[in-house]
Amino acid sequence: MKKLVKLMSATMLATAVGAFSAAADTVKIAFIDPLSGPFATTGSNGLAEYKFAAEELVNKQGGVLGGQEFEIVAFDNKMSGKESLINVQVAIDQGIKFIAQGNSSGIAHAITDAVDKHNRRNPDNRVLFLNYSAVDPALTNDKCNFWHFRFDANADIKMDALTDVMAQNKELGKVYLIGQDYSFGKAVAAAAVRDLSSKRPDIEIVGNELHPIGKVKDFTPYARKIVSSGADAVITGNWGSDMVGLGKAIIEAGFEGPIYTYYAASNGITRTFGEAGKGSIYLVGEGFQNPPASDRMSKYVEEFNAKYPDHDISQARITNVVEMLARAIDEAGSATDVVKIAYALEGMEHDSLWGGKVFMRPDDHQAIQNVHVGVHTDEDMKHPLDNSPYGIYSTSMVEMASANSPTSCKMKRP
Amino acid sequence: MELIAINIIDGLVTGLLLFMLSSGLTLIFSMMGVLNFAHASFYMLGAYFAYQISMYIGFWPGLVIAPLAVGIGGALVERYGLRRVHQYGHVPELIFTFGLALLIEEVVQFFWGKNQMAYEEPEILQFAAFAIGGNSVPAYKVFMIFVSVGIFMGLLYVLTKTRVGMVIQAALSYPRTVEALGHNVPLVFMGVFGVGTALAGVAGVIAGPVLGTFPGMAVLLGSIVFVTIVIGGLGSLWGALIASLLIGWLTTFAASYNVEFESILLFFGLEKPEIMSESALRDIWTMTLPQIGPILPYILMILILVFRPYGLFGKRDV
Amino acid sequence: MTQTAHSRSSTAATMFSVASVLPWLLAALLLLALPTVFPSNSALTIMNQMAITIVFALAYNMLLGQGGMLSFGHAVYMGVGGFMCVHIMNYVEVNEAPVPLPLLPIFGGLFGLGLASIVGSFSTRKAGTVFAMISLGVGELIAACSIIIVAFFGGEEGISGDRTYMMPFFEVEFFTQIEVYYLTAFWLLLAAFLMYLFSRTPIGRMANAVRDNPERAEFLGYSARWVRYYSFCASGFFCGIAGALFAINFEILTEENLNLATSGSILLITFLGGIGVFFCPIVGAIVFTLLQTVLSLETELWQLYLGALFLATVMFFPDGLSGVLMRHANIVQRGRPQILVSPYTKMAIPALVTVLASAGLCEVLFHGRHAATGEHSMVLYWITIDTHSLLPWVVLIGCALGGFGLCKRIAPDVLEAWDEASRPGGVNP
Repeated sequence: MKKLVKLMSATMLATAVGAFSAAADTVKIAFIDPLSGPFATTGSNGLAEYKFAAEELVNKQGGVLGGQEFEIVAFDNKMSGKESLINVQVAIDQGIKFIAQGNSSGIAHAITDAVDKHNRRNPDNRVLFLNYSAVDPALTNDKCNFWHFRFDANADIKMDALTDVMAQNKELGKVYLIGQDYSFGKAVAAAAVRDLSSKRPDIEIVGNELHPIGKVKDFTPYARKIVSSGADAVITGNWGSDMVGLGKAIIEAGFEGPIYTYYAASNGITRTFGEAGKGSIYLVGEGFQNPPASDRMSKYVEEFNAKYPDHDISQARITNVVEMLARAIDEAGSATDVVKIAYALEGMEHDSLWGGKVFMRPDDHQAIQNVHVGVHTDEDMKHPLDNSPYGIYSTSMVEMASANSPTSCKMKRP
Repeated sequence: MELIAINIIDGLVTGLLLFMLSSGLTLIFSMMGVLNFAHASFYMLGAYFAYQISMYIGFWPGLVIAPLAVGIGGALVERYGLRRVHQYGHVPELIFTFGLALLIEEVVQFFWGKNQMAYEEPEILQFAAFAIGGNSVPAYKVFMIFVSVGIFMGLLYVLTKTRVGMVIQAALSYPRTVEALGHNVPLVFMGVFGVGTALAGVAGVIAGPVLGTFPGMAVLLGSIVFVTIVIGGLGSLWGALIASLLIGWLTTFAASYNVEFESILLFFGLEKPEIMSESALRDIWTMTLPQIGPILPYILMILILVFRPYGLFGKRDV
Repeated sequence: MTQTAHSRSSTAATMFSVASVLPWLLAALLLLALPTVFPSNSALTIMNQMAITIVFALAYNMLLGQGGMLSFGHAVYMGVGGFMCVHIMNYVEVNEAPVPLPLLPIFGGLFGLGLASIVGSFSTRKAGTVFAMISLGVGELIAACSIIIVAFFGGEEGISGDRTYMMPFFEVEFFTQIEVYYLTAFWLLLAAFLMYLFSRTPIGRMANAVRDNPERAEFLGYSARWVRYYSFCASGFFCGIAGALFAINFEILTEENLNLATSGSILLITFLGGIGVFFCPIVGAIVFTLLQTVLSLETELWQLYLGALFLATVMFFPDGLSGVLMRHANIVQRGRPQILVSPYTKMAIPALVTVLASAGLCEVLFHGRHAATGEHSMVLYWITIDTHSLLPWVVLIGCALGGFGLCKRIAPDVLEAWDEASRPGGVNP
């Protein structure tokens, strides 16, 4: 009976795995991110952005290599490292050469490690890892490898840009740092201390603490501490419900200064902050939509929102991933020789849809681009988020942020 | 000093909120002998229902309708789910509620999606009631305190002073005798389950705007509710109250004071490693109290279970 | 029950009779043959994952099924075993210690055993809710530590190693997935066999007695506490082996391996398969892994279906999926499956239609709510349909309701046939 069950499941396995092998001459990109579970919002948002970008920016422009279209194949990794590795394996088996992932640096570490091992063990069937969102600096420093490309500005670069902007505010005297207790939260705090003390030694850091990630029910006690410390500004790398909880608690406790964040927009966060967050929530990032960089950009955003009203372009760099990959494939003259494609991506300069340039630094495969600091507001809002009147308006911009920043990456090229 | 005062108030709010959940859970446990793992899911349903109602007719009707709807839902779950599983024993019952919790989370995501909902306090309560040393206390939190205290009073009155309460108390200890006296014990069970889940629903309605209405809200609170009733002693209403307040204050104060482990370890005469980044124990040296605040209740629970398995106020083994 | 077991274990000869060895031989042959049927790397990875889950579920069932102890934090024993194995891998890589990879699970098991013997010393003093709650607390504690204590657990990105740097084992360096598969399959068989043997030892038998009636066991002169403690330690050992296999397969361990979600899912897996008999959890592990890896590629709603399947199992088949299969096996043994054939075929079609139509309804509803504007067409069961036209709705709702109505009408016949088929004694009207 046990065998019968095994046999039955085995047949199911065969049909399920076999069903993928249908081949067409499209260039497939495996999109591996959470599509179910508590983190699915960011995942499904990213998937919509990828699909739209592939359709509008590549397929409608005639594809690559004279007619091959891009196809996004979605895999649900359930925000689990183990599932992601299985997904990578399934994707490789389907002959997919490009793996895109972004949510959670922890999973990015697992994938970059697995891709590196796979490429070392299977030199005739290599793949590339296009990291569009995981911002742990280590990925392009100690843990870098030739197969990994990061299109987002990493946590250090963003902090560098943010502190450049903060340093110009002469009234700023005391800053409070708070973040989630894991590698990214720690990286943000360390970068903030380093950058602030070198750029504005007179700024006092009145608090620097970490809270358990995803476990805090009520952020009020933290907010009380922040208010009592007399801080003028708060910096946090929090995301998801930890961001909303912290932000709301701080504002409710009577704090009036700016709250500088990495991820306080979209996915319901903008709508939840609403009026309360106006003028106090700030955001550092790339590809801001207000004010629009060009008519082409506005049109792209409007068409996206018309097609996906429940989603926002919250990860603008996805267009860069798709466009730059298409260019690299054309330059390499092959959609399968990933070594050639990787060499074409290295050092590529690209005119971003969001204005400015993107430069893929060859030393560490870190994209260098303009980084903005924006404020949560409803004034002059051309492209609001979350179907609310609110959105992010860019208040300052650092051109080609951290272009000359050092890296500890020792790239081994094949 | 001011921080202590404000922390006492914040801890009270958290504790009373926890009490609204744990009171229902402890009632259900003492009556049916089953730990309802889906209890926090009913809390989540309360918040989502109230959000949906507040979209159409405002916050205040939601405060009444949503818990009623949750309570009816809970009663139906008891009638058509739990009662069926009851015959197989306690473990399947417990596992049934475990599965129910998963299913409710999925259903909520199915209908409302995965985003945080913009469920907000009523505008009439959106002001700062008072401030202590620059820290303002929103009027809504004062309102939360009054609602929870009111519910505790009402519950105590019903259980100890009314006829229904007497029957419930009797059915708790001697279900067969009560049945022999002509009372419909299954109906009492269903009623208690409904009321317990409705209490969780109330907690969801009033906590949703403050703690956020999102699919993870049940998981976030789920296991801590168990910890509360285990510490308080299973089946004890007073125990649930004391333990809730204890945990409320414990977590609030732990989050508020950056006590560093370095000073504690130095106090015990340990030597600080010279090169911190090389030491295997570096994480313990750099640990602070807020980092471990949320796991303190679990440590407390383990200690209590090891040394006093019936909890603070319980009369029998959990 | 106890008596038959006693007579069976007392005579060593029956233990190694052909009948008792045969299933193991067949299982070994099956495990050997599977890669020829599914040679792709992803299928091998999924089968490895299945094997790991089976070991873990069997080890978990040593507590839940055989010892009657409900643990809410069992992932930590597997996790800690796995973490230690990755550390050993890295140690071997740096110091070139002569440790071949196939021996790694022994180390994993020993570390699982070590942790279990510490935790068990205070958690197994009582059974029931006390044990369950302590396991919950310890699970939460260690999962939280894994984020705080970065030096050992590596924070949220976990720690990774490279299995190929271990000492080659007869020239095999475990570069390819197929080599890893055979290693995993070997350990699966060995671990399952050892666990089976454990359940036949006096201590394994006493675990059953303590589960059912601890007082009586105490009166017979056994300490219920120590029996629980030994079962707990043994379970920890095999969980550690599962952890080591995980480390070998995925070469990375993260906080996810320790957290409550993983602990909860192993409870679901074990219960889904059934907790009554030693082999039951295997079915749960296979079904769950398939749902998780294969169904999730097909639909975003897989967790909804999983939850529904699980609830239905608890409500209608409390002895799990394999319990259902085993009852049928009984009927087949009695030579009376023919009674069931006609009502089952009558039932099968409406039941299948109801389930598929309900699932289809969920999919269409979900698509309608969450798809892109203007994207009205979706593929459902290989048919492209328009979600904004009335027809698919009418068809699906009609099928679901109609099927359900038919099922309800046929159900009494099926139950009657079932009663007749499973009635002890001969077939008589």
